[in-house]
Amino acid sequence: MMKKPEICIMTGYGINCDYETADAFRLAGGKAERVHINDLVLGVKELERYHILGDPGGFSDGDHIKSGTVLSNRMKYKLGEQIQKFINDGKLILGICNGDQMLQRYGLIPAAGGSYGVQTTSLMFNDSGKFECRWVHIKNVSGGKCIFAKNIEEMYIPVAHGEGKFVVDSEETLQRLYDDNLIVFKYVDSEGNPANGRYPENPNGSVDDIAAISDPFGLILGMMPHPERICRLITHPQYQRIKRECRERGIPVPEEGDGLKIFRNAVDYARKNLI
Amino acid sequence: MTDPVGNTSVSAIGDMLGKEPGNGRSVYYSRQYLLRGIPGRAYAERIARDLLANDIIEDTRIIGPDNYAARGLEPLSKRVVYAREPVVREYGLEVPDEELMRISSEGLLSMNLEEMKAIASYFKAPDVIEERRRYGLSAMPTDAELEAIAQTWSDHCKHKNFNARVTYTDEKGKKRVIDSLYETFIKGSTKRIRRMLGEDDFLLSVFEDNAGVVKFNDDYSFVLKVETHNAPSALDPYGGAITGIVGVNRDPFGTGKGARLIFNTDVFAFGPTDYDKELPYKNKGEKILHPKRVFGGVRKGVEDGGNQSGIPTISGGIYFNDKFLGKPLVHVGTGALMPAYINGEPSHVKEIIKGDLIVMCGGRIGKDGIHGATFSSEGLHKGSPTSAVQIGDPITQKIMNDFLLEARDRGYYRTLTDNGAGGLSSSVGELARLSGGLEVDLRKAPLKYAGLDPWEILISEAQERMTLAVKPEYLDEFMELAQRRGVESTVLGRFNDSGRFHVRYGDNTVAYLDMEFLHGGVPQWELDAEWKPPVHEEPDFGCPEDLTGTLHEMLSRWNICSRESVIRQYDHEVQGGTVVKPLVGEMNDGPGDAAVVKPLSDSYEGIAVTHGYNPNYSEIDTYHMAACSIDEAVRSIIAAGGRPDRIVFCDNFCWPDTVHDDESNPDGKYKEAQLVRANQALQRYCTGFRAPCVSGKDSMHIDFKVTDSDGNPVEKISGQPSLLMTAAAKVDDVRKCVTMDVKMPGDLVYVLGKTYGELGASEYYAMHSATGNRVPRVRLGKARSLYQSLSRVMQEELVASCHDCSQGGLGVALAESSFSGGCGIEVDLRKVPRWGIGKRDDYALFSESQSRFVVTIAPDYRDEFESMMEGNEYAMIGRVTNDKTLSIRGLSGREVVREDIYALKESWQRPMR
Repeated sequence: MMKKPEICIMTGYGINCDYETADAFRLAGGKAERVHINDLVLGVKELERYHILGDPGGFSDGDHIKSGTVLSNRMKYKLGEQIQKFINDGKLILGICNGDQMLQRYGLIPAAGGSYGVQTTSLMFNDSGKFECRWVHIKNVSGGKCIFAKNIEEMYIPVAHGEGKFVVDSEETLQRLYDDNLIVFKYVDSEGNPANGRYPENPNGSVDDIAAISDPFGLILGMMPHPERICRLITHPQYQRIKRECRERGIPVPEEGDGLKIFRNAVDYARKNLI
Repeated sequence: MTDPVGNTSVSAIGDMLGKEPGNGRSVYYSRQYLLRGIPGRAYAERIARDLLANDIIEDTRIIGPDNYAARGLEPLSKRVVYAREPVVREYGLEVPDEELMRISSEGLLSMNLEEMKAIASYFKAPDVIEERRRYGLSAMPTDAELEAIAQTWSDHCKHKNFNARVTYTDEKGKKRVIDSLYETFIKGSTKRIRRMLGEDDFLLSVFEDNAGVVKFNDDYSFVLKVETHNAPSALDPYGGAITGIVGVNRDPFGTGKGARLIFNTDVFAFGPTDYDKELPYKNKGEKILHPKRVFGGVRKGVEDGGNQSGIPTISGGIYFNDKFLGKPLVHVGTGALMPAYINGEPSHVKEIIKGDLIVMCGGRIGKDGIHGATFSSEGLHKGSPTSAVQIGDPITQKIMNDFLLEARDRGYYRTLTDNGAGGLSSSVGELARLSGGLEVDLRKAPLKYAGLDPWEILISEAQERMTLAVKPEYLDEFMELAQRRGVESTVLGRFNDSGRFHVRYGDNTVAYLDMEFLHGGVPQWELDAEWKPPVHEEPDFGCPEDLTGTLHEMLSRWNICSRESVIRQYDHEVQGGTVVKPLVGEMNDGPGDAAVVKPLSDSYEGIAVTHGYNPNYSEIDTYHMAACSIDEAVRSIIAAGGRPDRIVFCDNFCWPDTVHDDESNPDGKYKEAQLVRANQALQRYCTGFRAPCVSGKDSMHIDFKVTDSDGNPVEKISGQPSLLMTAAAKVDDVRKCVTMDVKMPGDLVYVLGKTYGELGASEYYAMHSATGNRVPRVRLGKARSLYQSLSRVMQEELVASCHDCSQGGLGVALAESSFSGGCGIEVDLRKVPRWGIGKRDDYALFSESQSRFVVTIAPDYRDEFESMMEGNEYAMIGRVTNDKTLSIRGLSGREVVREDIYALKESWQRPMR
């Protein structure tokens, strides 16, 4: 039997998408374990043992003093060395929603030029001023560099956040994102055309419709949309229409949802390169 | 009040420095608003008071531009310094009646004279005196004892109204004595259903724990509870609601060995948000909050409570009526899942063994929320204690819940319960019934600040706390894990079988009560109920020639229009298992009937959840109000694909005060009769549908006392008596679920069920400012047969869309199905099975007759569908069309509605966008 990549799914302090994120990695063929951050800090568990670190969505520390701030602070001060080693070993990190907020505040993405730990981008309150849960279309613009986004063109996927507006600290940072190919997904309309900041296609007012960014090696991905919520087609909001169409065309209804590809790309990569 | 942001900041500083600030240094959170263009300080103060802050729980400080420029905003410390020596007071009860009542009301005990006398007589007994003397207590009860009794006997905890002996006189003068509505009708019907189910009984734990538990499958059990948090939400809408939702989370969590929370629900009743008359006073110089502010605050509270806890809010409703102006209703519910067995022990069973340790977990105790249980048992009035308001903190609770689920799976504790109303006194007191006694030391309880009296520690409702029975052999492991998870846990004492409720403060005993008296000593109430059916004027208006405008108007009614803006702000997708979403249809914005979650990753089994709620029918007859709420819940479950034989209910009664008083409550007997009738309907229809109640709650004081500007009483506004029936049902295969939106042009449109001239208390009559008398009735036999047939048809996957007809009737249902699906519909009302409608197209469209659906099917399923529906009243009334038009042909054959579906949708979406 093929060896399964091991995935550390971070939990604790208000992270709350840990079960379904672990499940997504498991469905993709990995061996996922929910690990409390304190167990990593206290050495009860060792980050080194894992091939992929998953930072799920949630409300770590209640979003107090801005989403992801306190968690990124804790990771930096309490786990900084372990995480640096993890990155140096070429391992994978996936941050979703609150995990993305944490990664950006930590500065693990975009980390242009390898400047890991220096924050240059952030996620602010949505332009609508509201927390919103809705489905959006995103398009892969990474040009194949980000390993998580391999063979993905477009995806219909839910967002659920109040602080998801992607911003940059300077024009240079934004330029660098393009130059170094660090933008992975952008919000688009249902036809795949740029959202151009239009609400609700761009649900939060993100600069240049940016929904996800990666580090320079494409091994760390932070995304606001939730791929773990669409790993099975049954959670697609148009499931019944898809089912009807399949029946009219006489083909079986697929089981798999688009989001699973992200996890499978990660697990496949880890299996080939990290085990 | 806790300061969660401040606390988080302290721990963040600790992470950076490697140590916490210490030495009494802390971090305090305040928000700074910069106001521009304000004409003067008075305006700024008003904005601060009326829009930005809630002065019950927050302080404001206004700083002018000069001072601000010079010094900025100085830090505002909310540190509570409350250093005083804790004291224990004693109360002599050998006093005149008036004095007894004074003790009750001044101590906010909410006990009546008979109860005070029962307490006095308990403490007089020689053996009680003798036993108490041995523990250093005098013959007089302590404050802690009186408080513990008051909490335990509060209506909130003991449901004195529902347990009363009621003499009911019907409209013909016939009398009937009912010994406890709760035992007779609610528990009674569930018992009967269980007997009828026999081997097939799937209920596991009903009416005995914090929430009801039923079988989900062989490996998992499902837990359900719905609560109300009305009174606190009137004072502080945000705080009341968030505390309510986070509080009801602790009910399933504190059931059996504890359950993982999988969804939240919320149903509100508010005054109209476009209320434009002068707001009434509730106190001297103090007006009630505008309904819009109440709505906004409550909604935000539920949003934060659910979202931050990672629990999808998937089902709910909002009802508007003038009668909820002063006292809004806030129902919040939670569903949960527990493994059927944990380490070989059935997880729904609550068991405690003598010697188990009493451990309190989670937040610390402060003065917050003192007297919540007794307060909610009274009408909202001047002097309502503001300390009854607490603010729930979802993150503290989430951290605690994560830890406790770990401890549960490792078998460290035997059972747990939450600290809600009544605080430790209720939680420990309730658990101790399982072992038969307890001894705790309140001095060990962790406090937010020093100086609390023992009675305050005992009954404080400080949030985010659970009380556990920890197995002594696992204490070390338990405490080690607690520390690793950052959850404060403290051993307070032990459970025993002494038969006594023994509370110490250090070495001194502060309460020593017989458990039997504490839990069984409350005298039964005696209530009178007299039913006289009200007679309303029948409206007199003609049927409009063209009903297109009428339909637009109906779709824009507050009680019908889209709730999308509210639902969007709830994370209804977290946990990744919401398969039928609260918003459905082509553009994910149609009104789903029931939501469905798939809680297990490797199974297509699901749980459908919805509710029935029709307070307006109470204007005519609460019997039919209750019957319709039950039917609405059942048919919504069926509409989504839930199993008709696996429906369970949580019942929530919100009722005005029914205790008759010539002066303060002259129609108390009528209101009690309304309560009796609602219960009679509950018994009949729950039994009839074989859908048992497994848990419930009542809130018996939805009255609001209006005063003049000087605070003198003017009148009382009683909310409409209402029964919220929250239903959950098993779904065998979520892939077969059906949504309400039409799917494809060419599909056939059916109406199932018969339309009667039942417009009494309907939304259509309300639009004409009328009530009428012909309230919808539920024809049980026909409804059951229809639900079974429809359910079978759905299992065969013949149905493309299915929408239940509720408020606004067939007209609204057709419009919603059509615009949500993005296709037109063309129907002919002449084909609709009907009775008592005459030639009235408007009645046919807007009658609110129960047990009806609009269903669409693919044309090639027609024969199969119709043969399976045989024996039911139904008809094919038209088809789904390719153009985007809703066309309805009236009873004369003339087209009475013709409109672009997106124009109709706009009318439906506009009001609450």
